[in-house]
Amino acid sequence: MAVPYIHMIQVEGLTKRYARHIAVDNISFSVDKGEIVGFLGPNGAGKTTTMRVLTCFMPPSDGTATVAGYDVFKKPMEVKKRIGYLPEAPPVYPEMSVGAYLAFVGRLKGMTGPDLKRRVDEVSERCAVADVRNRLISKLSKGYRQRVGLAQAIIHNPEVLILDEPTSGLDPKQINETRELIKNLAGEHTIILSTHILPEVEAICQKIVIINKGHIVATDSVENLTHRMRGSDAISLELETDGIAGQSDVQQRLESLSGVSKVLFKHATDHKLTFEVESLPGHSARADVARSVVNAGWNLFEMKSLSYSLEEVFLQLTGGMPDGGQQ
Amino acid sequence: MRNVWTICRRELYSYFVSPIAWVLLTVFAFLGGYFTYAASAFFVKDSLQSQMMGQSMPMNLNDRIIVPVLSNVAVIALFLLPLLAMRLFAEEKRQGTIELLVTSPVHDLEIILGKWLSAVLMYGALLLLILADFSFLFVYGNPDWKPVALGFVGLFLQGASILALCTFISTLTKNQIVAAAIGFALALILFVLSWATAFDSSGVAQVLSYISIVSHFDSFSRGVLDSKDFIFYLSMIFFGLFLTARSLESMRWRA
Ligand SMILES: Nc1ncnc2c1ncn2[C@@H]1O[C@H](COP(=O)(O)OP(=O)(O)O)[C@@H](O)[C@H]1O
Ligand SMILES: [Mg+2]
Repeated sequence: MAVPYIHMIQVEGLTKRYARHIAVDNISFSVDKGEIVGFLGPNGAGKTTTMRVLTCFMPPSDGTATVAGYDVFKKPMEVKKRIGYLPEAPPVYPEMSVGAYLAFVGRLKGMTGPDLKRRVDEVSERCAVADVRNRLISKLSKGYRQRVGLAQAIIHNPEVLILDEPTSGLDPKQINETRELIKNLAGEHTIILSTHILPEVEAICQKIVIINKGHIVATDSVENLTHRMRGSDAISLELETDGIAGQSDVQQRLESLSGVSKVLFKHATDHKLTFEVESLPGHSARADVARSVVNAGWNLFEMKSLSYSLEEVFLQLTGGMPDGGQQ
Repeated sequence: MRNVWTICRRELYSYFVSPIAWVLLTVFAFLGGYFTYAASAFFVKDSLQSQMMGQSMPMNLNDRIIVPVLSNVAVIALFLLPLLAMRLFAEEKRQGTIELLVTSPVHDLEIILGKWLSAVLMYGALLLLILADFSFLFVYGNPDWKPVALGFVGLFLQGASILALCTFISTLTKNQIVAAAIGFALALILFVLSWATAFDSSGVAQVLSYISIVSHFDSFSRGVLDSKDFIFYLSMIFFGLFLTARSLESMRWRA
């Protein structure tokens, strides 16, 4: 019997204390049905801890979390039925074959008979491990093992998928394959994935929750977040004048345009000048800028939108570089 | 209940693809066979001697062969069983598969029972080897079957209790070898405790001897079903599995 709920995942005031310190401190966020949310933060930020609370691996010290309307602490069985979980290391038994392992996990999740057999076939196809069905897991490469890990997470077709650093430790080719796979799983499942690799969120997720030292630093869509950082539309402009007008002339002309709030000279190479032009909040001065440059008889070489990369967002929000790259 | 069997089956599979099951089966087959052979040879020599000396005192197969062999097996089992239980939880913790079990829609108790049951079944298979050794006694002799049956029940219960305690020990560490070492130390203590009353018959010694799992086996092997001993084993099993459940729970709070 399903209970009514608003958000597929709702975390409120969640706190997790370990013996000596607080790993997650009073965090709140929600995830809607069908969303892919990236949980981004450096190592030790509290990503795994949060995921372990959501999957009922361990209870929260304070606060609540619900999945599909069920409280993780009060109704763990209901939550567990609805969650597929891939921990940081794929939870596989090396001495088993892929097929036997997936069947075991399926049974653990309550599946039986022909239904189980069909799902094992389906997820093996889906996660591209069908060709190693009879191979022992100990004999598989890391990429294959990770895919077996994904296959076990989706075997019971759970509403929610929780993936802890699903691409860590893989080589670039395997990373791409895994990302594609996750993107393909979207739509059917609500997905939370954690990562300390910034481009990963841009590549896969719609929404981002940035966490650092146990606190949530920002929650938004990837687009909004980069916009919000700058506060307004900004463009980078590369042009060549007729040889008479100098850098200051160009700057004056651009600054005189309505809708432009700031013009910054960046650099000059050969005869080309590069500026950064920022619009007034709520405006976009791009068309005006382009027209003005062309009307003055100058050559417009390039005009591109400047948005912060996630690295810069992170830097600005957390006041420190994430120590990406290492495990 | 289905979950218990799911987990138990997977454990049995892992036993048979690991060397440990085969090593234990071999050791049991060898030692069981040797004990039975040695006791029988001794028995045969003795009975020939007594015949030559004109004594026609009927010699008892139960007392001369079955009881000593079962007592030896009981001691061997005490020390070998930690090897069966060591990996039950330690290995899951090391591999991280414990996260799969604990986040699946199964109860902790089902996980624990499934694992313990798999070790108990393995032990049952080892006992069958000993039973096979005795089969010829029934073919060529005429031993009293009741003490044999009770002896096996006692051996089985003793093993099941040790396995319950060792299952608990296995939750304490990620390292199988450490789990085995602690289990071995426990076995040694229990074994030594059974001597307590040999030197001292004070109340303390009696209590220590009572706690020692081994001392409860004697009555079974003599064919006496003492409900006290029966209850003792059942409570040991309960106690061991209870500790396992608490340990698993606290692991999640600390995790
Ligand atoms: N079992 C534990 N006992 C004590 N501290 C822990 C435990 N697990 C994690 N921590 C600490 O909690 C913090 C958050 O860890 P974690 O959630 O694993 O971060 P992340 O997954 O973002 O790297 C870290 O400082 C880590 O050292
Ligand atoms: Mg982590």
